[in-house]
Amino acid sequence: MGAIAHHEDNDFLFKYIFSTDHKMIAKQFFLTGSIMGLIGMIMSMIFRLQLGYPGESFAFLEPILGSWAPEGILAPDKYLALVTIHGTIMVFFLLTAGLSGTFSNLLIPLQIGARDMASGFMNLLSYWFFFLSSCIMISSLFVEGGPAAGGWTIYPPLSALPQAMPGSGMGMTLWIISMTLFIVSSLIGSLNYIVTVFNLRTKGMTMTRLPLTIWAFMITAVLGVLSFPVLFSAVLLLLFDRSFGTSFYLSDIYISGGALEVAGGSPILYEHLFWFLGHPEVYIILLPALGITSEVVATNSRKPIFGYRAMIGSILAIAFISFLVWGHHMFITGMNPFLGAVFTFTTLLVAIPSAVKVFNYLTTLWKGNIRFTPAMLFAIGLVSTFITGGLTGIILGDSALDINVHDTYFVVGHFHIVMGLSGTFGMISGIYHWFPKMFGRMLDKNLGYIHFWATIVCSYGVFFPMHFLGLAGVPRRYYANTEFPMFNEMYDINELITVFALVAGFAQLFFIFNVFYSMFKGPKAPQNPWESTTLEWTTPVKHIHGNWPGELPVVYRWPYDYSKPGMEEDFILQTEPLREGEEESH
Amino acid sequence: MAGHTPTVDSNTLWGGGISPFNISYGKIMMWFFLVSDAFTFSGLLVSYGFMRHSFVESWPVAERVFTHFPFMHGDHPLLYVALMTFILIMSSVTMVLAVEAGHRMDKNSVIKWMAWTIVGGLVFVGSQAWEWYHFIHGTELGALQLVDGTIVQWVNEAKDSFYLPGKEQIMISGAEAVSMMKNGVEVYGANLTVNEYGLPLFGDFFFFITGFHGTHVFSGVVLNFIIFVNVIKGTYEKRGYYEMVEKVGLYWHFVDLVWVFVFTFFYLV
Repeated sequence: MGAIAHHEDNDFLFKYIFSTDHKMIAKQFFLTGSIMGLIGMIMSMIFRLQLGYPGESFAFLEPILGSWAPEGILAPDKYLALVTIHGTIMVFFLLTAGLSGTFSNLLIPLQIGARDMASGFMNLLSYWFFFLSSCIMISSLFVEGGPAAGGWTIYPPLSALPQAMPGSGMGMTLWIISMTLFIVSSLIGSLNYIVTVFNLRTKGMTMTRLPLTIWAFMITAVLGVLSFPVLFSAVLLLLFDRSFGTSFYLSDIYISGGALEVAGGSPILYEHLFWFLGHPEVYIILLPALGITSEVVATNSRKPIFGYRAMIGSILAIAFISFLVWGHHMFITGMNPFLGAVFTFTTLLVAIPSAVKVFNYLTTLWKGNIRFTPAMLFAIGLVSTFITGGLTGIILGDSALDINVHDTYFVVGHFHIVMGLSGTFGMISGIYHWFPKMFGRMLDKNLGYIHFWATIVCSYGVFFPMHFLGLAGVPRRYYANTEFPMFNEMYDINELITVFALVAGFAQLFFIFNVFYSMFKGPKAPQNPWESTTLEWTTPVKHIHGNWPGELPVVYRWPYDYSKPGMEEDFILQTEPLREGEEESH
Repeated sequence: MAGHTPTVDSNTLWGGGISPFNISYGKIMMWFFLVSDAFTFSGLLVSYGFMRHSFVESWPVAERVFTHFPFMHGDHPLLYVALMTFILIMSSVTMVLAVEAGHRMDKNSVIKWMAWTIVGGLVFVGSQAWEWYHFIHGTELGALQLVDGTIVQWVNEAKDSFYLPGKEQIMISGAEAVSMMKNGVEVYGANLTVNEYGLPLFGDFFFFITGFHGTHVFSGVVLNFIIFVNVIKGTYEKRGYYEMVEKVGLYWHFVDLVWVFVFTFFYLV
C-alpha cells in the first residue's frame, strides 16, 4: 500500500478531505448524496403544497423562498423549476451517485477482499467531480431566471433556446455544465469499480463466489460506462444549439410571432439520445438497490439466496435488455406503429428477469428464520414496491395502453414507485445494514421501525392515488388543475397526496437524527452484528488503511452458507475452509 | 505478448493466486474507457445518420465540397482527405512498431517509432485545420440563398443560372432563374449557421464531429508526447516494461478507427 501508508493518519486534510481510502470516499458520497437528496425532498414538499392547495397562500413560504413565492404563493415558473431540479437531483445525485458512490466504494473492496480500489486517486477524482457538479447544480438555483425549468429530461426547444422561458437561460447552461461534470465523475468511478472487481479479488474469490451485491454494482458500472456517454453527446449538441447557433434539435421555431433562423433539426433526435441513456439509467438506480436487497434478505432470512445463478443471469439479462427499450418513453412522438410494437416487445421482455428476481426474494423469505431488522423491513419494502410499480410498468410498456395515460399522473405514480421508492428503500436498507461497517456504531432499532412504517405507509399514500388521477386524465407537470372543471372531483385526492407527502418528509427526521446521533453516540458495533458470512465483517471495526491488518483473507466457499444442513452453526464465514466431507453449495 | 506483459504487482494489490485475466487493471480500464468513448461517437454518428436520412435528396455531396489539394489547382475530389486518412493509418502502424519494440525492451526503436507516430498525428491535425479553413472560406463563386432559405449552386461565373440542391443537379436558367433569384442573398463559405454547399446541418455536423474527433487526435498527440518524453528519460526502461506505451497505443488505434467511420460517413457514402 506504499503511497497510501505514507499519509499521516492525523493529517485532517488527507484523512477527511483528499482521502484516497475507499471507506472515506464512500462516506463522502453518502453525506453529499444525502444532503442533495434532502434538498430534493424539501423541493417536492414545497411543490406538493401548491398542488394540494392551489393558489392558497402560505405565509411561511415567503421568508424562505423570497421572490419565488410572492405573498406565500409559489410562482408558476418556479414551480416548474422545482419539479425539474427535484427530478434531476433525485435521479442523478441521490440515486445514481449517492447510491452507487456510497455502496460500490464501501463494499467492493471489502467484499472481494481487496486492500482498496484499483486506483485510489481516480476514486478521489470521481468524488470531487461529483462534489463540483453538485455545487454547480445547487448554485443554478440562485442565478437570474432561476434554474432549468423544462423538466428533468430537458427536452428541446425549451432547453435549446435561451430565450424560451426564464429557466432556459443561465440556469439551463449551468444544468448542462453540472451534468457534464457528473458524467465525468460517473465514468471515472465506474471504470474503477469494474477493474477492481475484475482484477483485485482475493484468492479463492471466483466470480461465482461473489456476493450478489458485487455482481449488481459491477453490472451497474458497466451500464453507466455504456449509457452516460450518449447523454454526453446529446448535451454537447444541445450546448451548441444554445450557444453557437447550430440547429441540431431546432426546426421552424416561432417566438413572439417571429421566426428564428434555425432550420432542419429535430427535437425527436434529442429524445432518442436522451432515452438511450434514460432507460439504462433506471437500472443504474435499481440494480444496486436489488443487490443490497439480495444480501440483506439472505442474511436476515438465515437462508441462502434462492437461485444464486439465476440472480446473476437476471442481472445480466436486465442490463442487456435495458439498452433495447428506450422507445417506450416515446410512443406518442409519432413513432411508426410497427416500431412501437417492437419496443413493446422488448419492454415486456424485461418483466421476465425482473420476475425471476422477485420470485427469488419471495422464495428466499419462504420458511426463513426471519429477523425483522430495520434493514430487512426496508428490503422487504423494496420487494413490495418493485412488484406494485412493476405491474403498472407492464401497462405503460404497451404502446396501445401507454398512449392513453402518457404524461399523466399514472406515469408519475409508476416511476416513483418502481424507481424512486425501490431505489430509496434499497439505499436506506443498505445504510441500516452497513452503518456499523461505515461508522463503527449501531443505529437505533426503534427509531428505525418508526422510520420504516411511517415511510412505507406515506409513500404508498402519496403514489398509489396518483394512478387514479392519471386514469382520470390529470396531466403531470401542470402548475394547477383548477382551470379544468372536469378535474374538480380530483381536488381531494391531491390534498390527500400532499398531506401524505408532508408527513413522509417529516418522518425522515427520525432517520436523519438517528444517523447523526448514532454516528457519534450510538452503541459500539460488534465484529459481526448481523451474523453475516461475507468478508467485510472480518475487517476490524475501526477502519484501517488496507482493510485487513495482516494477510488478505482467503475464500473457500460462496457467500450464502446460512443454515447449511448438517452444520452446527447458523452461518459459516466465506473464509472457513470446507469441512471434511462437506460439499460446496452454489 | 506473453512474458512481457506485466501482471499487477502481487505484493501490493493482487492478493490471490494467478490473476484471472492476466492483464493489468490499467489496461482493462483503458479498454472500458474506449468502449465508453465509442458510445459517445456512436451517439454523434447515429444523430448524423438520423438527420441525413431526413434530407436524403438535398444533402450536400461530399465530392463537390472537398475538392481542394494544397499547391494544386482544379478539382481533386476527396484526394486530400484520402491522403490524411492514409497518414493517420500509417501512424497506427508506427505505433504498433513502437509497442512491439517495447516488448523487446528496445528503447531506441521505441523512441524512433513513437516520434514518427507523433509526427503523423501532428500532420493529421494540421491537415484537418487546412480542410476546415477551406470549408469555412468556401469557393470564389459562392452560392445563392433563395428567399425560402434553399441554397443553390451557380452553374458558371455569369451567375445567371443555377443548380437545385441534390444529386440530380437540375439546372434552372433563363426567366425562371431570374424570378427565383429575386431577393436572394449570395453566401460564401460555411459556418455553424450558413453553408454555401447546402444545408446548414451538414456544416453543423461536419464541424462538430470532425472537431470532436480532432480534439481526440490532439489529446492523443499530447499523451503520446508525454509518454515519448518518459521513454527518452528511461522511466519504463527502469520499470522493466513499456506498458504505458501500450496503453496510449490502444487509445491511438481507437482514435484512428473512429476516423475510419467518420471518413466513411462524411465523405464516402
